[in-house]
Amino acid sequence: MSNAQKAEWASFTEGEWSKTVDVRDFIQKNYTPYEGDGSFLAGATENTKKLWDMVTELSKKEREAGGVLDMDTKVVSTITSHKAGYLDKDLEKIVGFQTDKPFKRSLQPFGGIRMAQNACRENGYEVDPEIVEIFTKYRKTHNQGVFDVYTPEMRLARKSAIITGLPDAYGRGRIIGDYRRVALYGVDYLIEDKKRQLATSLVRMTSENIRLREELAEQLRALDELKELGNIYGFDISKPAKNAREAVQWLYFGYLAAVKEQNGAAMSLGRTSTFLDIYFERDLKNGVITEEEAQEIIDHFIMKLRLVKFARTPEYNELFSGDPTWVTESIGGIGIDGRPLVTKNSFRYLHTLENLGTAPEPNMTVLWSTRLPRNFKLFCAEMSIKTSSIQYENDDLMRVTHGDDYAIACCVSSMRVGKEMQFFGARANLAKCLLYAINGGVDERLGIQVGPRYRAVEGDYLDFDDVMQKYDDMMEWLAGLYVNTLNVIHYMHDKYCYEKLQMALHDREVKRYFATGIAGLSVVADSLSAIKYAKVKCIRDDNGVVVDYEVEGDFPKYGNNDDRVDEIAANIVESFMSKIRKHHTYRRSIPTMSILTITSNVVYGKKTGNTPDGRKAGVPLAPGANPMHGRDTRGAVASLSSVAKLPFKDAQDGISNTFSIVPGALGKDDKVFVGDLEINLDEGCCEGTVE
Amino acid sequence: MTGRIHSIESFGTVDGPGIRLVVFFQGCPMRCLYCHNPDTWKNAGGTEMTAEEILDEYEKGREFYKNGGITATGGEPLMQLDFLTELFTKAKGKGIHTCLDTSGIAFTRENAERFDVLTDVCDLVMLDIKHIDDAEHKKLTSVSNKNVKEYMDYLAEKNKPVWIRHVIVPGITLNDDALARLGKYIGRYRNVKALDVLPYHSMAKKKYKELGIDYPLKDTPDATKEQALYAREIILKNIRPSL
Repeated sequence: MSNAQKAEWASFTEGEWSKTVDVRDFIQKNYTPYEGDGSFLAGATENTKKLWDMVTELSKKEREAGGVLDMDTKVVSTITSHKAGYLDKDLEKIVGFQTDKPFKRSLQPFGGIRMAQNACRENGYEVDPEIVEIFTKYRKTHNQGVFDVYTPEMRLARKSAIITGLPDAYGRGRIIGDYRRVALYGVDYLIEDKKRQLATSLVRMTSENIRLREELAEQLRALDELKELGNIYGFDISKPAKNAREAVQWLYFGYLAAVKEQNGAAMSLGRTSTFLDIYFERDLKNGVITEEEAQEIIDHFIMKLRLVKFARTPEYNELFSGDPTWVTESIGGIGIDGRPLVTKNSFRYLHTLENLGTAPEPNMTVLWSTRLPRNFKLFCAEMSIKTSSIQYENDDLMRVTHGDDYAIACCVSSMRVGKEMQFFGARANLAKCLLYAINGGVDERLGIQVGPRYRAVEGDYLDFDDVMQKYDDMMEWLAGLYVNTLNVIHYMHDKYCYEKLQMALHDREVKRYFATGIAGLSVVADSLSAIKYAKVKCIRDDNGVVVDYEVEGDFPKYGNNDDRVDEIAANIVESFMSKIRKHHTYRRSIPTMSILTITSNVVYGKKTGNTPDGRKAGVPLAPGANPMHGRDTRGAVASLSSVAKLPFKDAQDGISNTFSIVPGALGKDDKVFVGDLEINLDEGCCEGTVE
Repeated sequence: MTGRIHSIESFGTVDGPGIRLVVFFQGCPMRCLYCHNPDTWKNAGGTEMTAEEILDEYEKGREFYKNGGITATGGEPLMQLDFLTELFTKAKGKGIHTCLDTSGIAFTRENAERFDVLTDVCDLVMLDIKHIDDAEHKKLTSVSNKNVKEYMDYLAEKNKPVWIRHVIVPGITLNDDALARLGKYIGRYRNVKALDVLPYHSMAKKKYKELGIDYPLKDTPDATKEQALYAREIILKNIRPSL
C-alpha cells in the first residue's frame, strides 16, 4: 500500500483487500447494514430538478424527432474519442456522456459496420464513407468474421429462426466489469496489478497463452485510456477516490468507458449500492456531506445511467420491444455470514424512482431473500406499488452457487462481479424444433429442409411415444448446431470486438459461462400434453407437410400446478440442457441455460407455425417460462408453482416469469383487514370488487 | 363425502387475511341483483371434489399461504353444510386458518346444533349483509334477511370473529338512512372485527350473457371508490357515534 492510498483509505478497516484486488473483502469489512426504514431519505434538490427538466425536454425532442435526436457519423467511439459533454456543467454532480453531448448516439462499428450503417440510415443519418471504407476494406469486424466461418446449415437455421437472436452482427454484452475497483484502488494500482498478471503469464506460446498475453496487453491499453477519460473531464482517477462523490464519479467513469467501447445487448452495472454506501457513511460521519447531498449525488448518477443510449436498428428494437440498455443494478441480498447487504444507499437508489420519476433503466433489481430486513421489504413493496419499476430475483437460490458478491447481467444472468463473465447467446426455439420433429426437419413456414432429413410422423393422429422419440433426436441435432454456432460467434467477438476495458476490470483467471437459452417451453409442454392426454390430428398441405393440428378433447395445461404436464416441461429443460452439455464450448466455458425471453417471444412466435397445442401460427410464444396466455386458470399460486418446478440446476442462467396483476387483486390497500375495527376505525378505504 | 365445487382460486388476496386458497362452492338460494357469480347459482353442476382433494391443492401451495389459509365462498357454502364442516374440520386438523364467506342465509335456530360443529372449526366469518332493511333485502336478493340477522346473533353468542361486508349499489344500498341503520346495527356486536365496503361493478355482464340470463341492473351505474368511501364513513359514524 502506498502512502497516498493510506490517506484515501483513512478510517477503513484493512484486510486482504488492502493487499490485493478484492472488493468483496472491502465491503464485508467495512459496510454498515441498515435495518431502519426510509424516513431518512431526502427529496430532489433544486439542481436535480433543473437537470431533470432538461432531460425531460430533450426526451420530448427525441420522441418528436422519431426516436433519435442526434447520431455521430464520423467519430468511431472509443474510450477517449470525444471531448467532455454536459447537460449543465455547473449543476451536474456526476459527469460524463458517451459522446460530446447528451442524447447523441455514438458510432460503434466493431461489431459490424453494416449494423452501424443501418442504424444510422433508418434514423436518417449516413455514416461517413471513409469510415465505411475503413471498416470494410482495412479493419475486419466481428460480423464479417462470423459470416466467414458460418456453415450453410448455420445460415439456414438463422434464416428459419429455429435459432434466433444470435449476437453475430452487434455487441454480445452481458459482461459486467467490476467498476467498483476504479473507485477503491484508482487506475494506477489496477495497471500495476495487470502488469504483474502479464509478467507472470505463461510464456510457452500456445495459441491459448498468446491470446491471454495479447488480451492483457489490450486491457492495459484500456486502463490507460480510462485514466485519459478522467482527464478529459478534469479528474485524476489514477488514485483511489477520496470521498463519496469521487467514488461515484470514478465508478461511473469505469462504466462510461465500457459503454463508449461496447454497444452490447446488455450493459449491466453490477452491485454497487452497498459498496458506495461505505463512502457515504464515512462522509456523513465526518460531517463532509448531508443526506440531501448524498441523495443528490445518487440522483445525478442514476440520471446518467438513464441516459445511456445506443444506435440501433428498428428491427433490433422490435425484437426487444423498445430500446433497452439493460443497465441492471443488483441491490440488497444477504451475505454468507447472515448479515443483510442492505444499506442506506440501497434505499437511496430505489428512492431515485421518486425523485426522478419512474423509468425502466437502470433496471433496479432487488436480490430478494426471506431474511431481508422487514423495513426494506416494506419499502420495496411500497416503491413497487408506486412505480412498478423494480425487478426481484431470488437471492436465496443464487447465493448457494454465486456467493454474496454476484450481480445480474441483463435480466436474470447471475455472475460473480469481476470473477465471472459469460458468452451470451440467443435462443433455440424449442417449439419450432417440435414441428421439425413432426415434419422430419422441414420448416413449416418456408417449406424447405432445414433440419436433418429424419423420418417424419406418419398417419393422421400423433402418437406420444413416437413424437417424443423424434423430438429427442431433433433436439439432439439442434443442441449441437446451436452450441457450434455460438462457438463461432464468441471466437470472433473476442477476436474483433474484444471488451478490453470490461475485462481489465476482471481477474486474470475468469470463469466463463456459455449461456444458451430456449424459447417456447410452455408451447412444447402443452403440445406434448395434448398429444398424450387428448387426440391431436395432423392436417397436411399438398406436399405432405403437417401445417396444422386439430385437438380433440381436453388436456392438462402447464401453469395449473398439474404434475402431469409440469413434469413434461421440467423434463424438456433437463433433456435439452444435457444435450447442450455434450458439446465442446469455446474457451472451456461452462454451459448454462436460461428460459427468459421477456419481449422477443413475440417475434419468435411470428416465425413459428401452428403448434399441436392449438396455438395458431404467428401467435406470440409465452414469455420466458410463463404458461401460455389464458391457459393458467387456477390463479397465481398454481401458475407460479408450475414455473417453480423447472430445475434451476439445468437453467442456471435464469428462469423468468412475467407476471402482471391488477393492484386490486393484490389485496386491500389499507389496514381494514389487519384486525380490530376499534383500532382502524379512522383509517382505511374501501377498495375491492364485488364477489 | 364430496362437495360440488365451482372452481378454485389459488391466489386469493381479498377474501380474508393473507394469501388464501379460495374455494367457490356451487349453488346459492339467493338471486342478488348484482350477483357477480351467476354461474354458481345452480345447485347441480360444478366438479365433485373430496375435502382431501381440496386440501391437496392447499398443500401444493402451502409456502404461499403461511399468513393466509383457506376461504370457502361461492355460491353459498352453507348450502353444503356437511361438506363444508368436513372440509374445515380436516383443515383445522392440519393447522390451517379457515374463513367462511357467507350471506348467512341458510342459518336457522333449528339447525343450530349442526352449526355448532362448523363454528368450532371456523376461525373467521365474513358475513355479507346485503341490505339492512328486510323489504329492500327481499327486493335485492329474493329472500328475507331474517336468517342473516339470526346468524349474526348466533355468532355473537359464540363470540366468533366476524368481518362485515357490504356492497354499495347506487340506487339500492347507497342510501344514507339505510347505511346509518346498518352502522347502528353492526355497532351492537363486539365480535365484529372489520368492515369491508365494496363498490358495485358490472364486470359480470359478460357472464350473464354467456349464461343467457337477462342482466338485472342494466341501468345502474358502477359505484365509484368515492361512493364506497362515503358509505363506509356513514356506517362507521353510526357504529361508534362518539367518534
